[in-house]
Amino acid sequence: MCRTVDLNQAVLARNDGAAHTLRAELAARGTTLVNLLSSPGSGKTALLEHELSLARERSVPVAALTADLATENDAARLARSGASVKQVLTDGLCHLEAGMLARHLEGWLPESTRLLFVENVGNLVCPASYDLGETLRVVLASVTEGEDKPLKYPTAFGLAHLVVVTKTDIAEAVDFDETAFRANVEQVNPGVEVLLTSVRGRQGLGTLLDRALAAADGAAPHRPVMARQGHGHGHDHAHAEHAGVTVASRS
Amino acid sequence: MHEMSIALAVIDQVEEAAERAGDVTAVRSVRLQVGELAGVVPDALSFSFELACAGTLLEGAALVTETVPGRARCETCAHEWAVGMPPRLTCPRCEGGTTDLLAGRELRIAGVDWEDGPAPAPTREPISEER
Ligand SMILES: Nc1nc2c(ncn2[C@@H]2O[C@H](COP(=O)(O)OP(=O)(O)OP(=O)(O)O)[C@@H](O)[C@H]2O)c(=O)[nH]1
Ligand SMILES: [Mg+2]
Ligand SMILES: [Zn+2]
Ligand SMILES: [Zn+2]
Repeated sequence: MCRTVDLNQAVLARNDGAAHTLRAELAARGTTLVNLLSSPGSGKTALLEHELSLARERSVPVAALTADLATENDAARLARSGASVKQVLTDGLCHLEAGMLARHLEGWLPESTRLLFVENVGNLVCPASYDLGETLRVVLASVTEGEDKPLKYPTAFGLAHLVVVTKTDIAEAVDFDETAFRANVEQVNPGVEVLLTSVRGRQGLGTLLDRALAAADGAAPHRPVMARQGHGHGHDHAHAEHAGVTVASRS
Repeated sequence: MHEMSIALAVIDQVEEAAERAGDVTAVRSVRLQVGELAGVVPDALSFSFELACAGTLLEGAALVTETVPGRARCETCAHEWAVGMPPRLTCPRCEGGTTDLLAGRELRIAGVDWEDGPAPAPTREPISEER
């Protein structure tokens, strides 16, 4: 017979559970995860190269995992810093998921790692929905992308703990309106910090590392309004239930 | 396009629930709540869902999505508003204070309609043991 059944389950419960488990495991070993999100080519790798080199100069144990649809170029660039680096090819998947990330960390992530930077697939839509177990979610936008991006990708910018503007050295050439950009960020994520950086113009380098270290030292990260809905897509599931579950990743 | 991943997650969870129930023979429809701020496009999701259901217990199942509008409340002045799209998460009345999101981030499987119980045996035909 036909029966109507109430399930009331969060669609992303499995990812959220895997993220929760990974966050706890990393915390237990003293590692803080920083998830970097932006559209393709915003300058994630370029900025990360500098932050990793600086971390090495300051003797902070860092590691970086970078995810792309294809090529190992980003890992090769990041490895020049001397940090432990891993390239993940997502086999067509447009974002990383927590269970998938956990499997890639297994047997690779050096035990003493203090900061683990994860460069997500260049994409401002899909990665925004997937918690990776990060303590700090950083969303980057280059000055060439226009001031309205926070309004066009409200989920990405709205869930950021930190927003980073990149390539400020060419801001003038592209008429970047910083005030408008800040106002748009504020509209979807009131109170979030916006950092200005340029790899070429050497602006704001090291600030991302400072914020990451502060988070690792336990500084409470910014709480986005969008993350404040009694756990939006539902953490009312029992977390324990997910511990040790093998999480299937699919493309 | 992560709508495919979302569709697969929905199918996995419904299949698991059906397995727990034990005797589900087919799923007719799945009811989904999608918040305005969930970052999911319902049309793209329907398309992916139909493709991904093929060959599963959910083959042919309808996906019924209910869009949940985003709503926010100002902690300072208690004003409540529809956040709209793009969302406005700062208070339109007092321009200050702290905002709470009341709704809009939902991405939930509300429920399903499925067929269960032993498939009704054709009434007149004797079953094999009786022959
Ligand atoms: N002018 C200028 N160009 C930059 C800056 N940072 C990065 N770029 C350039 O922007 C382009 C893309 O930079 P990447 O670091 O590869 O960007 P990405 O976000 O890692 O790209 P994907 O991983 O492919 O999404 C490269 O040509 C960089 O040289 C900067 O500060 N100023
Ligand atoms: Mg890159
Ligand atoms: Zn996608
Ligand atoms: Zn108010």
